[in-house]
Amino acid sequence: MEHYNMNLSLKIWRQKDAKAKGGFETYQVRDISSEMSFLEMIDVLNEDLIREGKDPIAFDHDCREGICGSCSMYINGKPHGPWKATTVCQLHMRAFKDGETVVVEPWRANAFPVVKDLVVDRSAFDRIIQAGGYISVNTGNAVDGNAIPIDKDKADKSFAAAACIACGACVAACKNSSAMLFVSAKVSHLALLPQGEPERKTRVINMVTQMDKEGFGSCTNIGACEATCPKEIRLTNIARLNAEYLSASLTIDKEN
Amino acid sequence: MTWKQMFTSSIGQKFVMALTGIFLITFLIVHVGLNACIWANDGGEMFNTGANFMGSMLVIRIMEVGLFVGIIVHAVQGLILNAANNSKRKVGYAVEYGERGSKWYSRSMGLLGTLLLLFLIMHIYHFWIPSRFGGMWNVTPLQEIDYSNGLGKQYHNLYAEMINVFQNPIVVILYVIGCISLAYHLMHGFESAFRTIGVHNNRYLKLLRFVGRGFSIIISIAFAMMPVSMYFGWVS
Ligand code: HEM
Ligand code: SF4
Ligand code: FES
Repeated sequence: MEHYNMNLSLKIWRQKDAKAKGGFETYQVRDISSEMSFLEMIDVLNEDLIREGKDPIAFDHDCREGICGSCSMYINGKPHGPWKATTVCQLHMRAFKDGETVVVEPWRANAFPVVKDLVVDRSAFDRIIQAGGYISVNTGNAVDGNAIPIDKDKADKSFAAAACIACGACVAACKNSSAMLFVSAKVSHLALLPQGEPERKTRVINMVTQMDKEGFGSCTNIGACEATCPKEIRLTNIARLNAEYLSASLTIDKEN
Repeated sequence: MTWKQMFTSSIGQKFVMALTGIFLITFLIVHVGLNACIWANDGGEMFNTGANFMGSMLVIRIMEVGLFVGIIVHAVQGLILNAANNSKRKVGYAVEYGERGSKWYSRSMGLLGTLLLLFLIMHIYHFWIPSRFGGMWNVTPLQEIDYSNGLGKQYHNLYAEMINVFQNPIVVILYVIGCISLAYHLMHGFESAFRTIGVHNNRYLKLLRFVGRGFSIIISIAFAMMPVSMYFGWVS
């Protein structure tokens, strides 16, 4: 791929803290290499801001290789920017043309309040996982992973669902700020495996209850989330979550 | 898990939407089938006797109550859910996410549903009220017609009432708008309802998408053609 340098005009959301009103600031960046990642480009801008004695732009990032799910920028109207199946850290500057204006906003949802600039509080997702997104295993010798037979097709579907990195882009893209794609991925990957069986009913009930408590919307099956998910989590998982939840809540023999 | 917890959860509320939605779809099938009898070109005899037969069956009478409850529950729940979902993002985006992955009509179920509700109020006023309450209070009764060769059995002439109502071009246009709203509501709603009740088998989802789209288009055109063909005098 041909290498080129570009100058860009960036309109970035700045907000001092959770309570501040916040607004867009415009910045010019020069000689950005098409081979940089989007986050490296922000690093360059931040170096400039620090040199000028200004407050650098706060943003979340950790692995910078598309696996941790921390990075979260809504770029030109799409979570994680214009590329398909890509996190912002993996988005390269060759996605942009010289002279372009790029608008960067934080995830927007009541359940993801802005902490500062582009950083939002996604601990709601942690609490959903704590409510049931795990299997309980007693300590002792590790069991041979191959001792339990698993249907290949189910293993594949489970693995595809387990690829969810809990980034929250699905919520950011959804008109209802629904977390159903995330929750459906987390429920599906365990519900499809024998290891998930013992806690199958309580898991789905507790996770959905927590999801509702956190203030996410409900799902209207429109598909906006699937189109933005960096890990290509399929919408079918949501239908599976509905089936899991309905059969669990209709059959569980416990008052609460 | 109590029943209340289940039916007030986000998925439980959607479950109610889907069940009532599917129930309304089955009603539409019966409704379009019966009304299609106006095209028998027999001056409305088949349609009037058919409608009378339906109206005289106790099962249908009970179903009718269920239908009203179903529409009200579906509409109220739908509007509540729609408002709740719209309140989950207090601060919006400067650049909209737009069309990606979704269609305008799937994002406009609240609007399409509201149009349908307005349509239904007009529709009930046009036909159901005169047919059920004609002669009571101030409701003008429908004409009666005798198909029993002088045996004296009278039938409501709903057919004549249709011709009468559909002489007004504005009413015809409103009915066509109602049918277009229905087409788009179901274009998304049909498949969505089955996803909501948990159908996640890809083979069935593909089939449901195909059937759902075909159903939405065909049923809406069939309904729309009724006022149109009466207005233009294509039926005799
Ligand atoms: C003949 C009339 C109607 C039929 C056959 C019908 C059918 C359906 C179906 C099948 C769904 C999909 C349910 C799901 O996604 O699980 C739906 C959704 C919906 N309907 Fe209706 N509907 C009708 C009338 C109405 C009316 C009168 C209203 C409101 C005033 C309404 C409002 C809605 C809303 C807001 C949704 C989306 C709910 C959601 O996904 O959260 N509908 N409808
Ligand atoms: S489902 Fe996709 S978009 Fe949603 S949190 Fe998981 S990886 Fe991110
Ligand atoms: S920084 Fe880890 S996924 Fe982007």
